[in-house]
Amino acid sequence: MSNIKRAFENGKAFIPFVTCGDPDLATTAALVREMAAAGADLIELGIPFSDPTAEGPVIQAANLRALTGGATTDRIFNMVREVRKEVSIPLAFMTYANVVFSYGTDRFLKNAAEAGIDGLILPDVPFEEKADFAPVCRAHGIDCISLIAPTSQARVAMIAREAKGFIYCVSSLGVTGVRSRITTDVGAMARAIREANPHTPCAVGFGISTPAQAKEMAKIADGVIVGSAIVKLIAQHGADAIPYVSQYVRAMKSAILES
Amino acid sequence: MEGRKGRFGEYGGQYIPETLMNAVIELEQAYLRFRDDPAFQEELTTLFNEYAGRPSRLYDAKHLTRALGGAKIYLKREDLNHTGAHKINNVLGQALLAQKMGKTRLIAETGAGQHGVATATAAALMGMECVVYMGREDIERQALNVYRMRLLGAEVIPVDSGTATLKDAVSEAMRAWTARIDDTHYCLGSVMGPHPFPTIVRDFQAVISKEIKAQMLEKEGRLPDVVLACVGGGSNAIGAFYHFIGDASVRLIGCEAAGRGVDSFETAATLNVGRPGIFHGMKSYFCQDEFGQIAPVYSISAGLDYPGVGPEHAYLHETGRAEYVAVTDAEAVEAFEYLSRTEGIIPAIESAHAIAHAMKLAPQMEKEQILVVNLSGRGDKDCAAVARYRGEDIHE
Repeated sequence: MSNIKRAFENGKAFIPFVTCGDPDLATTAALVREMAAAGADLIELGIPFSDPTAEGPVIQAANLRALTGGATTDRIFNMVREVRKEVSIPLAFMTYANVVFSYGTDRFLKNAAEAGIDGLILPDVPFEEKADFAPVCRAHGIDCISLIAPTSQARVAMIAREAKGFIYCVSSLGVTGVRSRITTDVGAMARAIREANPHTPCAVGFGISTPAQAKEMAKIADGVIVGSAIVKLIAQHGADAIPYVSQYVRAMKSAILES
Repeated sequence: MEGRKGRFGEYGGQYIPETLMNAVIELEQAYLRFRDDPAFQEELTTLFNEYAGRPSRLYDAKHLTRALGGAKIYLKREDLNHTGAHKINNVLGQALLAQKMGKTRLIAETGAGQHGVATATAAALMGMECVVYMGREDIERQALNVYRMRLLGAEVIPVDSGTATLKDAVSEAMRAWTARIDDTHYCLGSVMGPHPFPTIVRDFQAVISKEIKAQMLEKEGRLPDVVLACVGGGSNAIGAFYHFIGDASVRLIGCEAAGRGVDSFETAATLNVGRPGIFHGMKSYFCQDEFGQIAPVYSISAGLDYPGVGPEHAYLHETGRAEYVAVTDAEAVEAFEYLSRTEGIIPAIESAHAIAHAMKLAPQMEKEQILVVNLSGRGDKDCAAVARYRGEDIHE
C-alpha cells in the first residue's frame, strides 16, 4: 500500500501546506515536526518557484521570501532528510513542473525518494501531460497526485481512475487563497470521484481556512488541505510562528474529527 | 511536425492547471471548426483588409540597400497595419473566434502595450469587455499605450508580482482566466502558452509570409534568400517564416534581444542563453538558473523582455531550420536611428533588432541576393525611451 494512504487511517485527514524555506529552512523543519505532533496526517511541502502561476498573493509572497532566503532544491532535500529521522507521517512535495524537469526528472525523484518523500503534486501538470512525470514517480515509489477542478466535469472519471495516493479536489475556481465562502458543489464532485475510483481517498483544498469550513468539507471528503491560512501565520510571525501554527493544526484536526 | 498533440518535436504541450483544461479543449475544438469554415475565413479576411489595412506593403528599401552595399532589401511593412504592428492580425482572429464561441469578455497580457492596444481595439470593434494585465514597470515605461487602452474602453490592471514586466503579466492573466472562464477568452499575444495557442496565433500571423511570398514572386519572380524577424515570444517571426519553412533555399533568421549582451545577466536572448524547461503552459527554452527558477531578463524593448520563446521556435532552432542571433540594445538603437534617417521609417525598437542584423548581414551578401526584413511595428511608442537611452529627457 502506498504510504500516502496511511494518512487517511486516523479518521478524516488534515493536510497542512508550508513553503520550504519560508522564512528559513530551520523554521520549516521545526514546523514539520510540530505539525506532525499536533495531528497533521500528511504534510505538503512547497518547493518555492519564481513564478507560481496557480498561487494567490499569500503563497506567492511565501515563495519569494523562501527564494530570497536562499532555499534551493538541494537544501530542501537536505532538510527533508534530517526531519525524516523524527517524523513518520507521509510527506509530499508541491511544486511546479520546471523545478522537477530542470533538475532532471529522474534525478529529482530519486533524491526525493531517498530523502523520504511519498508524493509529488504539480499543479501545472494536467492528466494529458502526466506521462512526463508519473512513470518516473512510480519507478521511485512516489505517488504522483492528480488534481480535479470544478471545471473538470466529463474529465473526472478519466482522471480519478488513474489517480494514485490521494485525489486533490480543488474546491474553487481561481488560485489558492482564503475564501469566505466556497460556492462549488464539492459534494457532487466528491461523489463523482468516488464513483469512478472508490479506492483512492479524496482531499479538498483551495480556500479553506476556518474550523467550521474544514468540518463541513470533512463531511463530504476524506481529508482537508489548508495552505494560505497557515502561510499567513508564518508571514505574520516568521520564525516565531511555530506555536501559532501548532495550535491552528490542533484546532483544525479536532474540528475535522467532529465531522 | 506536430506528432504528440500540440507538439513541435518535443516542445509545446499543455502544462496548465486542471481548472483550465476544458477551456483550452473547447478553444481547440472551436478553432478546428472555424479554421475550415469558409464563412469565418471570409469574415476574417474582410476584417484584415477593410479594418486593419491588409495586405501590408512589401517595400523595396532602395536607400537602405544602397547604403549597405550588399543584398537587395525589402521591408514587410507590418508597421502600417491599424494600431501600428503585426499584433492586430492575431487579435482580430482570436476576437472573432471568441465571439463565435459566445464569449463576451477578452483578457490579455501586454509588455510594451502593443498587444494590449490591439486587444482593446478589437474589443471596442466587436462590443466586448476588455481587461489588460500589464506589469507596473511597463505601465510606467509605456504611459501612452496605457492611455490608448483606456481610451478604447479597456481596464488596465497593474501587475506588481515578480519583476512587474511581461512575464508577470502573463502569469496574472493566466490566474485571472482560472478564476473566470465561462464568459472570458484569454487573448494570448504570442505563439506561446499552452496548446492550441502557439498554433492558433501562428496561423493568424502566417498571413505575413503568405503575402511576402506572393508579393516577392510578383516583384522578383523568385523567393527571397533570407527572411529576418525579431523574436520575443516569436509571433511576428513565425508569421514571417511559416510559408517559407518548406523552402530550403530561404534562410530564416530570428533576432533575439541580447540586452546588454549575452555574456551579461541583463539579456533576454532565450535561444542563445537559455535551456529547455516548462513554464507558462509550454515546454520550450527558458532563461533560468540551475534549479529551474525563471531568470529576470532585460531588454530595452519591453516587447522582447520575456524569459521564454514559443515552442515552434525551439523546434526550428533544434532542427537547424531557423537560426537565432542575438542583437544588443546598442545595436538596436543604432538601427532605430539608421532606418529613420535612410528610409524615413521609424521602426519599433523590437523590429529594430531585425534591422540591426540586416545591417550586419546585407553587406556580406551578393547584390543579386534578396533579404526581407519583417518590420513588425512602428516606433512612435519608443521615441521617448530611445531619447532617454541617448541621454535626452523628453516628455510625451
